Amino acid sequence: MKNYVFGAVSAVALMSANVVVAEPKAEVLHWWTSGGEARSVAVLQQEFADNGGTWTDMPVAGGGGDAAMSALRARVLAGNAPTAVQLKGPAIQEWYEEGVLADISAVAEAEGWADVLPASIAGHMQCEGSWCAAPVNVHRVDWIWANADVLEANGIAMPTTWDEFNAAAEKLQGAGIIPLAHGGQAWQDATVFEAVALGILGADGFRKAFVELDEATLTSDAMKSVFDQMRTLRGFVDPNFPGRDWNLATAMVMNGEAAFQIMGDWAKGEFLAAGKAPGEDFLCASVPGEGFLYNVDSFAMFDVDGEDNQAGQALLAKLIVGQSFQKVFNLNKGSIPARVDVALDEFDSCAHLSAEDMAASSEGGSLLPSYAHGMALRGAQSGAITDVVTSHFNSDMSSDEAVQQLATAIANSL
Amino acid sequence: MTKWLEDHLPKVVLAPSFIAVLIFVYGFIGWTAWVSLTRSKLLPKYDIHGFIQYERLFAAPRWDVAMNNLFIFGALFIVISMILGLLLAILLDQNIRTEGAIRTIYLYPMALSMIVTGTAWKWILNPGLGIEATVKGWGFESFTFDWLVNPNMAIYTIVIAAIWQSSGFVMALFLAGLRSVDTEIIRAAQVDGIPTWRVYTAIIIPSMAPIFLSAFIVLSHLAIKSFDLVIALTGGGPGFASDLPATYMYAMAFSRGDIGQAASSAMIMMAVVFTIVVPYLYSELRAKND
Repeated sequence: MKNYVFGAVSAVALMSANVVVAEPKAEVLHWWTSGGEARSVAVLQQEFADNGGTWTDMPVAGGGGDAAMSALRARVLAGNAPTAVQLKGPAIQEWYEEGVLADISAVAEAEGWADVLPASIAGHMQCEGSWCAAPVNVHRVDWIWANADVLEANGIAMPTTWDEFNAAAEKLQGAGIIPLAHGGQAWQDATVFEAVALGILGADGFRKAFVELDEATLTSDAMKSVFDQMRTLRGFVDPNFPGRDWNLATAMVMNGEAAFQIMGDWAKGEFLAAGKAPGEDFLCASVPGEGFLYNVDSFAMFDVDGEDNQAGQALLAKLIVGQSFQKVFNLNKGSIPARVDVALDEFDSCAHLSAEDMAASSEGGSLLPSYAHGMALRGAQSGAITDVVTSHFNSDMSSDEAVQQLATAIANSL
Repeated sequence: MTKWLEDHLPKVVLAPSFIAVLIFVYGFIGWTAWVSLTRSKLLPKYDIHGFIQYERLFAAPRWDVAMNNLFIFGALFIVISMILGLLLAILLDQNIRTEGAIRTIYLYPMALSMIVTGTAWKWILNPGLGIEATVKGWGFESFTFDWLVNPNMAIYTIVIAAIWQSSGFVMALFLAGLRSVDTEIIRAAQVDGIPTWRVYTAIIIPSMAPIFLSAFIVLSHLAIKSFDLVIALTGGGPGFASDLPATYMYAMAFSRGDIGQAASSAMIMMAVVFTIVVPYLYSELRAKND
């Protein structure tokens, strides 16, 4: 064991350039503090310790990462950044522009990340050509979850178009079942919105609207029909939805009070935790339309001083993208591995579907970043879109007015 | 040496807090003003870009909603709290036997944190759990009380919870005011056979003007800095229908990485506070000089 440890340490030490012997140290800032998430991060902690590293845990709970970001800001301003920070999407680039991220290309090239990660996901991990972050998992956002018994009892198949969905929902409503379980929080409204937008605008339209912020697409008739569909969905939601947490909406599907939920695959964790089996008790399918919206958690590596810290950073990066961690972590978290060469034997049928769709959409160019989960746009722009979406969903605003507001809000946020 | 100490001790004792206030209050007000003129995003930057953040702020529909909500909330909260507090104080002032116990009961909500108040009222007002569900359970099927989930009414639920929390405190203020009115005048009025309500409207309430002013100042700054109550009760929702300037500022600074925008909204909030406090300070200072 001791030899093995020494070997691992020196291998890492060699990678991080002219370091002779330094004990790897890493301080990791993250907000995975709830049950399943905490278990998942403990896996990484254990592996890091097994490889001779000293892990300093810095969990900051609260506000969906807002509190952690405030802590990070304070640490960076004080010139004492943590080794690795749970960051994702364009936020990585934003921090890079502040000039505080490290270059971990040495590890990435030695480990061949470019060959095992889908190109669009790898793009998020690179800052002007050099690698600066390590991906942990891939959450699919555009899922539709359903209660199998409720669908069967009402003779409904999983919808494959929005018209089918609307017809099924009306039928369910007639039977006294809430068609769509939804929680009225801005990010959940945005999650449903982008799932609808992907179906109606198509992959190219989605990219134009929510990645390139193309004004013509944002104000197009197709975008108006997206808002029309949102208005229709509003009628399928129970009146008591504002403020409800997403997991309570999932519970409504679980106990048959509601039939469908549109939510990312963290909802699967709730079903599994309640002892429900995929395919039998609950069904998973991608929302109507082509494409795959991903939400990739990752760790951004910050510039740190000291050989021990740099060695720890390199070791951490290597372990995060390593086969064993990618598998164990994602089994715990309900997502799928970011690298495509992990054996999925132990994963469930929904994860298999997710992995197949990811591979297919990556080739077809429809593997797209989720705007609602901060993968596509920076905070100010995605926030501006969400403001319009949630204000439309919660009022009687017309679709014409909504697209106008969308264009103004985006122009105002730049 | 002792002489020097005797002369300078007050200054020496006050100096640390004076310096702290100078830096942490006025220094940071200046810093925020500076940042509000820049294009700061994730981290503060110091290159001045004019009033771009203020232009963005006034063009944002969400800020409009937040400011409107502040005026609705502030006006209703202050006026109703004062009326209720005054009524309670007058009723309590009738030499009733259990005054101590009742006063404690009314004052008690003040001991709760706003988060607790907000959470409790969230459950009480939730149509599926609270008042609406209970009344429906009694058999009144058509009863609805869905303010919490109605975008047009959500701000009023915040008014209700805030009044519940603060009117007891206002009552205590007024009660102290009522007790400080010269009893000789009241007795004289009673001897003259003036009805009680006239005694209150013509003598007691006018003589309590300073108490009204302090109650107003306390309540108005509570209203402007309201944040935790909104977060606990509605989370600013449905949509952003019950946003207040403080929650807007928080969203910009901490969720969206838009520090410049947050700084400009903070400056506007401070301007609102100043329009209330400055006339007060002015009148206070002038009264002393006279």
